[in-house]
Amino acid sequence: MDNWWIYDTSLWLVAGGTMLLSITAALVGGFTFLQKRSLVGDAVAHSILPGVAIAFLISGQKDPLWLMLGALISGWLSLAVMDYLNKHTKLSEDTAIASVLSVFFGVGILLLTYIQKKASGEQSGLEGFLFGQAAAMRLNDLYTYCALALLLISITIVFFKEFKLLSFNPEFAQSLGLPVGILRVLLNSMMVLAIALGIQAVGVVLMAALLITPSAAARNLSNGLKGMLWVSVIVAGFSALVGTLISFSAPSMPTGPWVVVCLSAIALLSLFLAPQKGLVARLMMQKRHQKKITDENLLKAIYHLGEKENSFAAWFHVEEITGIRDFETDVLKSALKRLIRKGLLLRQGHSFQFSRAGLDEARRIVRLHRLWEMYLNKRLRLKADHIHPNAESMEHIISPEIEAQLLEELDYPERDPHQSPIPYKP
Amino acid sequence: MSLEKQVVGEVVLEVHNLSASYNRKPVLWDIDFQLTAGQLVGIVGPNGSGKTTLLRNIMGLMEADSGYVRLFGKGLNEVRDRVSYVPQRESVDWDFPVSVREVVEMGRYRPKNLLRRLKTSDQDLVDQALEKVGMLEYAARQIGQLSGGQQQRVFLARALAQDADLYLMDEPFVGVDAATEDAILKVLTELKEDGKTVVIVHHDLQTAFQYFDSMVLLNTRLVAVGPKNSVFTKENLQEAYGGRLTVLSKLSQVIASSEFPVREKGFKEKTGKGDPQDG
Repeated sequence: MDNWWIYDTSLWLVAGGTMLLSITAALVGGFTFLQKRSLVGDAVAHSILPGVAIAFLISGQKDPLWLMLGALISGWLSLAVMDYLNKHTKLSEDTAIASVLSVFFGVGILLLTYIQKKASGEQSGLEGFLFGQAAAMRLNDLYTYCALALLLISITIVFFKEFKLLSFNPEFAQSLGLPVGILRVLLNSMMVLAIALGIQAVGVVLMAALLITPSAAARNLSNGLKGMLWVSVIVAGFSALVGTLISFSAPSMPTGPWVVVCLSAIALLSLFLAPQKGLVARLMMQKRHQKKITDENLLKAIYHLGEKENSFAAWFHVEEITGIRDFETDVLKSALKRLIRKGLLLRQGHSFQFSRAGLDEARRIVRLHRLWEMYLNKRLRLKADHIHPNAESMEHIISPEIEAQLLEELDYPERDPHQSPIPYKP
Repeated sequence: MSLEKQVVGEVVLEVHNLSASYNRKPVLWDIDFQLTAGQLVGIVGPNGSGKTTLLRNIMGLMEADSGYVRLFGKGLNEVRDRVSYVPQRESVDWDFPVSVREVVEMGRYRPKNLLRRLKTSDQDLVDQALEKVGMLEYAARQIGQLSGGQQQRVFLARALAQDADLYLMDEPFVGVDAATEDAILKVLTELKEDGKTVVIVHHDLQTAFQYFDSMVLLNTRLVAVGPKNSVFTKENLQEAYGGRLTVLSKLSQVIASSEFPVREKGFKEKTGKGDPQDG
């Protein structure tokens, strides 16, 4: 296998630079994400294209400072037009965003085609602006871009406290007398610049993904702003590295799509696998609750048997238990196993008996069931024949605090509305 | 914060001929009143009567069409440190990734400490504010994990951390539990006893009469202002609430027959007539 590229310093410089640009976009994009301006970010990314093209036409070369200036102007112009359409026309916000995006992008493509056809266009490398082409980047340009990226990162660190407040509660910031107008212009300019820089890495079309996806992936994993930004920065940096390496290893492979594929994969993983908030974690919690409900229902069934036989110390055969309440055979088997393992039931052949802890637990569940029936009957004035189904589900949910409150409010009743005794701890 | 001594009776808020509109639709017409220090004042009126707009105008959050607002006899920008604003709870995204403490810290942000970290003395004030509203033990929680009442208390703590002399609060009692209602009332009473002034936008007439000393009764124009007994008359309420009157006339009867404890503490001068005094 041909491993020349591992030792290519310029490759690693470009990779590092691309990572830095992506990290900057993710960092600044974190605030865009939190201000719920993701769509605006997308529109600005597309609107930057005509500015870049005009800057190229005027300067006649791909000078990074000229291109950034053009990007900044046309990005800001698109923001201003969106703002104007919002305030002074009856167009809804999404319409304003969509029209600005398509008009600016259309003009940009037009100009790009024109440049491509001119003689100088062939060496321009401007086509990389659509999907990003890290491999085509010149080192000197990259240094300028990286300097700008570092500037943006330092501004974010210096203004962190203010940007946090501005994103969370701008009116309060204004009421404190903070220069909200200036801060907003600053944050918007940083967004435009970060987008213009990120475009060098992933291109215009997929830029919004670089701005927003890292934060979307990170939000599931952290409850704090700093934590969220750190995670998003790591996600963006890693994806940029993967994208660049692939684009270098396969000739004429655009960088952007690979960066975005990698980003999206991580975001999906976070969506599914994040602790607590992820879909898998929530499914597992549902599973746990389902098991708890089965176990409690089983204990309750055995308790009812005990009531019938007038002895909680008796041994009950499995068939007696299923005679009281229907359980699926598999479910019953595993529930019995769990209860034995927890030390709540004792087994002898096919018969079962409460342990002391098991009897206490069964009493608690029956008590909650009957207390809740009492409450529904007394407080909500539901008839005695309507309350059982509701209590069947509530008995598994009522916490010790709510139980204490119920007991106090009902004044420790002895019998439920069906005249069954309410069991207390002996 | 302020070294000037608060004098009960000093005019802390003067709204002068204020008119304001949203999208050219007038919401406030020539509102004109003054409030003196050391009382709890309710701004009440039906839905859409301009209560929140009035508060936003006082805080300079929107442009007035005409008229002006003076705070402590000065323009808002000169006395920002002495004024605290509590927006409606629904006005922010409670899923935002910040902790309770971080939100309360925002009460210590100043144009002066722009770009600087908060000082230890600021952190101490934040701790005290959290303790006063009973939220110190939740300081590290993300704000989305709180109940509605707890979120409201976080906003109150942020205002307390500002250590102001005039507090303007927009519907702090909406959607809160009994414990939070008690906590808020206790804090408000303490503020009043310290000679501070609290102005609260409130939509519920019944509780308004219990909570506040004075009222500003609003329905696009100013219907009445002054001690609650003089404001809550049948005529005023009918004027403010127009058609929907059956409940109201009952309510004003209840008030007239003085079933509510009526107190008038520290209120010597009728608002609206005295000249602004220098503090």
